This record gives sequence, C-alpha cells and structure tokens, in this order.
Amino acid sequence: MSSSSQTPESWISAFCSLVGHEYFAEVSEDFVEDDFNLTGLQSQVPMYKEALEMILDVEPEDGTEDEEEEEEEEEEDDDDMQQDGDRSYRRADAAERRHLRMASDLSVIESSAEMLYGLIHQRFITSRQGIQQMAEKYELGHFGHCPRVYCHGAKVLPVGCSDIPGQETVKLFCPSCLDVYTPPNSRFQTVDGAFFGTTFGCLFFMTFPELEVGGQKPSSSAQTTDPLVSGQSPQPESINGIAPKNLAPGLGQGNIYEPRIYGFRVSEFAKTGPRMKWLRGRPTDVTELDECKVWTQSQALHAAAEGLAPPDAADLADSEMADDNVEADEGEEEEEDMDVNDGEGAPSGTAQNAMFASLPQQDVTARRKPSRRRGHDVALTNGEGGGTALSVGGAG
Amino acid sequence: MDDYASSDSEYTSYWRDWFISSRGNEYFCEIDEDYLTDRFNLTGLNTEVQYYQYALDLVTDVFDMEVDDDMREQIEKAARHLYGLVHARYIVTTRGLAKMMEKYKQGVFGKCPRVICEAQHLLPMGQHDVPNVSHVKLYCPKCEDIYNPKSSRHNSIDGAYFGTSFHNILFQVYGTLMPQKTQRRYEPRIYGFRVHASAALMRWQEERREELKDRLRQRGIETGFEEEDDGDEDLESEDDEVDDDQEGIDDMFEGQMQAV
Ligand SMILES: [Zn+2]
Ligand SMILES: [Zn+2]
Repeated sequence: MSSSSQTPESWISAFCSLVGHEYFAEVSEDFVEDDFNLTGLQSQVPMYKEALEMILDVEPEDGTEDEEEEEEEEEEDDDDMQQDGDRSYRRADAAERRHLRMASDLSVIESSAEMLYGLIHQRFITSRQGIQQMAEKYELGHFGHCPRVYCHGAKVLPVGCSDIPGQETVKLFCPSCLDVYTPPNSRFQTVDGAFFGTTFGCLFFMTFPELEVGGQKPSSSAQTTDPLVSGQSPQPESINGIAPKNLAPGLGQGNIYEPRIYGFRVSEFAKTGPRMKWLRGRPTDVTELDECKVWTQSQALHAAAEGLAPPDAADLADSEMADDNVEADEGEEEEEDMDVNDGEGAPSGTAQNAMFASLPQQDVTARRKPSRRRGHDVALTNGEGGGTALSVGGAG
Repeated sequence: MDDYASSDSEYTSYWRDWFISSRGNEYFCEIDEDYLTDRFNLTGLNTEVQYYQYALDLVTDVFDMEVDDDMREQIEKAARHLYGLVHARYIVTTRGLAKMMEKYKQGVFGKCPRVICEAQHLLPMGQHDVPNVSHVKLYCPKCEDIYNPKSSRHNSIDGAYFGTSFHNILFQVYGTLMPQKTQRRYEPRIYGFRVHASAALMRWQEERREELKDRLRQRGIETGFEEEDDGDEDLESEDDEVDDDQEGIDDMFEGQMQAV
C-alpha cells in the first residue's frame, strides 16, 4: 500500500499480476462493492474491513478522503461549534491509526486481503461477468493444457477440490478426460484451490456448451478411429444435455493406453495386466449413455424373455437401478437444457439450485446398491425416487 | 543435447558419462561397456545409424580420428541416436531393468500429474519402437495412462529410445513394485451436485470396471484395487461403505433442498 506513489495500478490488478497468480480473474470493483456478493465473508476473514478497504484501494488515512468521511459522521454529531477542534483531533487520530497500521497490522491486512480477494474471486468466477472473463483467459490458453497424451493438448481450467480455504491447492480440470491434474509449475502450489472453488469447472462448460473441448487430434490418430465411426449408428445431436463431440472427447476407443510387450497386448488376466481402462472408457455409441432409452430397451427385452413371470432376485436388482435413473432423467432433461441456455450468474443461486435439485436425487437413488434392497418392490422404489425429484423441482 | 559443443575438448573420454549426465538426458541409464561391445546386441542398427562405426567408436571412447567440426557434429548426432537405440534394447535386459528400477524408485522420471494418483512415480516409454515417430512419454502404473513430460527438454527425446515394452516388462519382473489401483476419482460437481452428462458417463465406466472385477474374480485373480482384495466376504460391505459416503454428501444437499 504505497499511498504516496502515483501508480494508477489498483490493488486488484497488482495482485493478479503477481507471479503464481496468472489463473486469477480481475474481480470488478462493482462486484466487490455489492454487499450481497460478500455475504458471510466477514466472519471468515480477520480484519475484514481493513482488508476490504485495501482491495478497493480505499485509504482511510489519506487526508482529503478522510475529511469527507468524517464530515458525514460529524453531521450526525451535529455540533457545529466544535467542528474545527474536532477535525484536528480526528486528523491526529487518523495519523496515529495510519502509523499503527503501517507498523504492525499491514502484513496481517495484506494476507487478509488476499484471503478475502480469493473468496470473492470464488464467487465472482461463477457470476456472468466473471465466467466471461475466465472464458477469455481459457481461450487464450492462460490455464495451460492437459498433460495426458490422449487429450492432445486440450485446454484446462483451474478448479478447487474444496470450497473451504486452506485445504488444497489449485488443480486443473480437463474437460476432455474429466479428470483433475496438478499444475506443472510449482509456483501454483501456493495458490489455494478454494479461491476457484468446486463449482466453477462444471458451470463453465455448461455455460459455454459450444466450446470445443477436445484438443488437436493428429491426423494419424483420426485415421485409426475412422473405421469405428463409419460402422457406427447415427449419433444424436445431444446426449444428456451436451453435444457428443464435447462429451469427454479424450476418452474412449483409440484414446486408451493399451499396454504391450513386443507388440503383444498384455492380458487383463496377467497379474500386472491392465485394470484401469474403465477410467478412460467412453462408449463408441453415446446413445448407450441415454439411460432412459437403455432402460426402455432392456424392459422390452425383459418382457419378451420373461413374459409375465416374476423376475428373480438378481434381475430385479438390475432393473431397479435402471428404474431410478429413468425416473430422475425424465424430470431432469429439460431442466438441464434450461441451464445450459441460461448461463445465469451464480451466488444468488436459489433458482439455479432448484435446477439441479433433481440431480442429486437421481444419483443417490442410482447409486443405492441393489444388494441392500434386494427383493424390494420395484414400483415402490420408482415412486419414491420419481416423486421426490418432482416435488423438489416443483418447489423451486 | 545441443550443448555438447561445450565439452568438445574431452569428447574422446567417457562419452557415456558425459551423455547421461547432460541436462535433459536424466531419463537414460548408463549402458554397460560389455553390452555395447557385443555386436550381437547391435544387430540391425548399422542400417539405422549414419556413420555407424564412427558413432560406435565415439560411444565406446575409442574414436580418435581428426575430423572437421561439421563432420564431428554429424558423428556426435549419430552417436546419440545409436546410444538411444541400444538403450531401448539394454533397458529390457536384467541389468538394464535393475538400473531403471532404481531410477524409478528415486522418482527420476517425475510424478503423475493426476491428482488422484497422489504423486505416483512414472516411467519413460515410447509409443513406437521405430525412431522419429513420437517423443518420449511417461507411464503411470497407477492410472495406467501416459502423459507428456513437463519439461520441453524431455519432450524432444525420441520415444523409441525407451520403446513400447520396457515399462510393462519392468512390472512383470518386479511385480511387487506395481502400485495398487484406486477406484477413487474426481467427480465434477456444481454446488455440490453431480452433473448429469458426466455422471452418466462415469456410471457407464464404473459398470465396465465392475465387469472387469467379475471376470477377474471368476478366474480367482486379484483385482489389484486397494481395499478390495483383502477378503471376498468383505467385498459387498466395502462397496456399500463407499456408496454410503457418497450418499452422505448428497443427502446433505438433499436436506437443504427440501428446506428451500
Ligand atoms: Zn485431459
Ligand atoms: Zn497416474
């Protein structure tokens, strides 16, 4: 806080131009000045007021500004007679305050300001204005590229794995393989992941569904996938709310490492054989991910095979899982599309939260292990899952 | 690799020492003199490497011809290429594997950038055994995927100098070094909720994983996943535990939703 210098650079842009702060967006002063955006931060940051003043380059010890502020205060006192004396007294007080601040508190305020900026930043980059700024940085490749070979240099996005500061450093999310990576440069290992947060990564790609998230595939690898594509059933325009070409394009056949020894594949039954291909898998035909359609087909097959005979326990468990997915899916499809088109600003969130209300429902029910419910009534499970999802969606 | 000029004066002594200690050549181990002088090990390389005999002489410290700078640069380049190609063969021998295993243990080849792999050590590998096709990559035995080296000085090394088999052979020979796999993974979320498109894909992937585990169990083979092979009876309850955790998170938000 060099008050005497005439540098036009604000605290915010100085902060963002520090080494290691390359991932940060410049939060607009408007955003910081809107109290609504700061809700709840006061209790999280020591010396909150001073930190906020520092971020906004408000310098209370600066003579003229101080006087203006104090005049306002004095009007409340409304004792005009003593004004002059008062003012000189207050000026001395301000000088003293400044002195104290310079001496001992400055470093505390500075680190509080950084913490506060980070927490505001977490909210800012999920707002319409902030996410736009991050999009520009993304397009310019400011966040780097996925280190994974089969992602072919897909651009990555800084994210946090926690929203609480002090837990983890910033990571990089790759939309091409849906995984997170440690930034290659150690200077980012001091940047708190909470300053980017857990929501930003996904929200970003839902807000900009038209962004090509795949990297630059070399022509040789395109050739290897061609025969597959040619024999494939026609792909839908959209699968579960996103274009198939933007659904983890770095995964799936041709993008999975195949271990070989002298040209021969290592069998999965070998003791040290491959075990992780699933992690990089993706169906060649994305309609396999349309759980609703898959379920309908499996029901039809089931009906044809079993007639009206009651299914045995194992079959029941399977269809139960599928059932849950479907119920949630139906309510969700429109809502998710709505969100993609909307790209609404974030922290205000109630409306947006409502849009996602059906999501956890779906996942919870889908993940509930059949083993625990084996033998329960399918219809009942359906009713539960679907009903709750609908009522939650309706509430919002 | 390009800064050999600085040590021109001593090019006739201990070429291999110089080579493996040069910046950017950290991935290479030193090939034994015995191995290099056994012609059998070099079969076929004479057609692959220019100035083959000079290059071999240089690598084995017996090159003593006076040549102009241009020529020496050519021979030098050929020697590096020859060393790389022999290296690919050497590191799948018992001694070569042992040397590379030591370097692996020390983390000389770097750590997996994938967060979930928790700094798992990597091994260098090539996607091709033929030179001049692709650069060296790094293999992570935990996620079984391959990554680009962080540093550009490693990114320019030919992958054929390590080859497609070495890292897989290493784990066949040193099976106990193979790390346990993890089923944990990053789950993209928005305000705590999974996102449908990626969640559906992940469910699909996890079905593939369960199918793999079933196939392995049917043959009585360990799955290799952590917290999985301890005992078959525990398997179901362990699965449930994992899911309970995930539900816990969701249930929390579910509760909030209903309050709204
Ligand atoms: Zn990637
Ligand atoms: Zn890994």
